[in-house]
Amino acid sequence: MKILVAIKQVPERDAQLSIASDARWIEEDGLNYVINEPDAYALEEALQLREQHGGEVIALCAGPDRVTSTLREALAKGADRAIHLASDTLGTLDTLALALVLADAIRSESPDLILTGLQSDDLGLGQTGVVLAELLGLPHSTLVLHVEKTATGIRVKRELEDGWFQHIDLPLPAVLTIQSGGNKLRYATLMGIKKAKTKETRTVEAATPATPATVELTRVFLPEKQKQTQMLTGSPAEIAAQLVEKLRSEVRVL
Amino acid sequence: MSTVLVVTEQKYDAQKNAAISRISLEALAAGQALAASLGADCAAAVLGDSSAANELTSKALSRVYLLEHPLLKQYTPDAYNKALEQLIRATSPAWVLFPHTYQVRDFAPALAARFGQSLISDVIAIRPGPTFVRQLFQGKLNAEYHRAGSDSAPGFISVQAGSFRVEDLQPGTAAIEAFQVELADGDIRTKPSEPFRESAQTVDLAAAPIIVSVGRGIREQENMPLVESLAQALGAELAASRPICDAGWFPIERQVGSSGHTVAPRLYLAVGISGAIQHLVGMKGSKTIIAINKDENAPIFEVADYGVVGDLFEIVPELTKAINSAKS
Ligand SMILES: Cc1cc2nc3c(=O)[nH]c(=O)nc-3n(C[C@H](O)[C@H](O)[C@H](O)COP(=O)(O)OP(=O)(O)OC[C@H]3O[C@@H](n4cnc5c(N)ncnc54)[C@H](O)[C@@H]3O)c2cc1C
Repeated sequence: MKILVAIKQVPERDAQLSIASDARWIEEDGLNYVINEPDAYALEEALQLREQHGGEVIALCAGPDRVTSTLREALAKGADRAIHLASDTLGTLDTLALALVLADAIRSESPDLILTGLQSDDLGLGQTGVVLAELLGLPHSTLVLHVEKTATGIRVKRELEDGWFQHIDLPLPAVLTIQSGGNKLRYATLMGIKKAKTKETRTVEAATPATPATVELTRVFLPEKQKQTQMLTGSPAEIAAQLVEKLRSEVRVL
Repeated sequence: MSTVLVVTEQKYDAQKNAAISRISLEALAAGQALAASLGADCAAAVLGDSSAANELTSKALSRVYLLEHPLLKQYTPDAYNKALEQLIRATSPAWVLFPHTYQVRDFAPALAARFGQSLISDVIAIRPGPTFVRQLFQGKLNAEYHRAGSDSAPGFISVQAGSFRVEDLQPGTAAIEAFQVELADGDIRTKPSEPFRESAQTVDLAAAPIIVSVGRGIREQENMPLVESLAQALGAELAASRPICDAGWFPIERQVGSSGHTVAPRLYLAVGISGAIQHLVGMKGSKTIIAINKDENAPIFEVADYGVVGDLFEIVPELTKAINSAKS
């Protein structure tokens, strides 16, 4: 199976975010960037499928030069080769325009399976995989926890709301968006890191999207509070004493 | 007159009776408000079940489109996209609005793409403009979105659960109009099976009066006894956010949130949980919420009654100690 995993690089999870001066995005200087977590699960599923059935795993990441560190990490974890879709302006594209750029790069590879994470930790739109499938004319499934090969294609376990699941059969080629938790994530081994240096990373200039953006992010701001939160302060022991007082007299659970 | 079309979803009870889902009613309220602000009509679409459509005839809607077809009985993205594409081409709404459900996530982005559009998804507020507000970075920041360019095609929007109020849904009368869709077996490329639940439940989180819930802030499995002792002191049931269950430190039956349980205890004590929307929908109905988090901007504080900004590794042991000595 030839599997292409489209991954995204995002600011690390615990980063202190501040709003950029033009309020159109966050201040990016000084941030550390890592692989988007659901994409790490997509990569893991791809590596496990290859270990069971053979084939090739290709990691694709679009973005400025900094994303090559995430591609190197994917190679160190076991991806066979990487494609860097180079562009400094992808951040201004809407979902459709970005998916058009990705689809252009993917078409010539004609993979059997295309995996992405179900959404990104930064924008959180959760649409790229579905739109990719539409543009490539392929069937798709989303919120996938597990993939199994069958005689006619694949069978996936899809997450539904409130603790329900569903199996879905799809022919190949297909596009899947992967939900977290289906597998344990592997770490890159020292051996893997060494080997990654010998693997190919191809840099391709991202095509300029043919369509203008149809939606635009115009302002970033801090959320307003929905509830009046009473903040408790002091030393840990003082805070504990105040909490006990609340638990006794207000919440009445002690 | 231009139209806002709201695509609804149904929920089935144990007897397989269909009803319009709560989040769809919220989406209808959002659709009515958007239509009113634009001087437009609001219409609804129901796919699959006529009994669910009947329920909407008492709402202020210009029309309820009923799309019935054997291939719409069980959801597939291919059938839904094809059917809705036909309805949208025939009726040319200015806006198409969806509830932000797992099903909508599965097809609506592709439907928007068919019209050369990008979906503005999981919207939490609609302001004059129209301006659509949605979250970034799992709720740490908000952003305003607008449509750009030509409006010759409809705009596509999905609204987040709990962001619009069912109580605001305007009553009225609406006529049902059957809309004929053309679908063939060959259009459907994926084959879904019946939904199932994983395993027998051994804890009943929904019935627990006190819940201590732990998130990724706990860092390591070895640190879990910290919250276990706190739960024991409080006589609380233990629960967790998704990453804790993903890591296998707790079974999934202890997960609170959109893909886990919905709880509303007397006390929900959130330890090291950031408060992503998928977690909040599962617990924000709790009577009292206490949050301990080292990040003062963590979105969990937006729903907390009492907040402690600080290191859980310092605060939780002190709290457990204080509770134990208060009890004795
Ligand atoms: C379709 C879908 C369904 C989902 N379903 C669910 C669901 O059912 N339930 C669910 O919970 N999530 C769900 N999620 C995931 C959700 O989006 C979040 O990723 C998740 O809730 C985050 O969990 P967390 O708050 O534990 O972790 P993080 O977001 O990583 O937050 C950890 C928090 O701990 C704090 N912290 C760190 N160290 C300390 C310390 N020493 N002291 C105090 N605080 C500290 C940090 O400030 C941070 O706020 C779903 C996501 C998707 C896309």
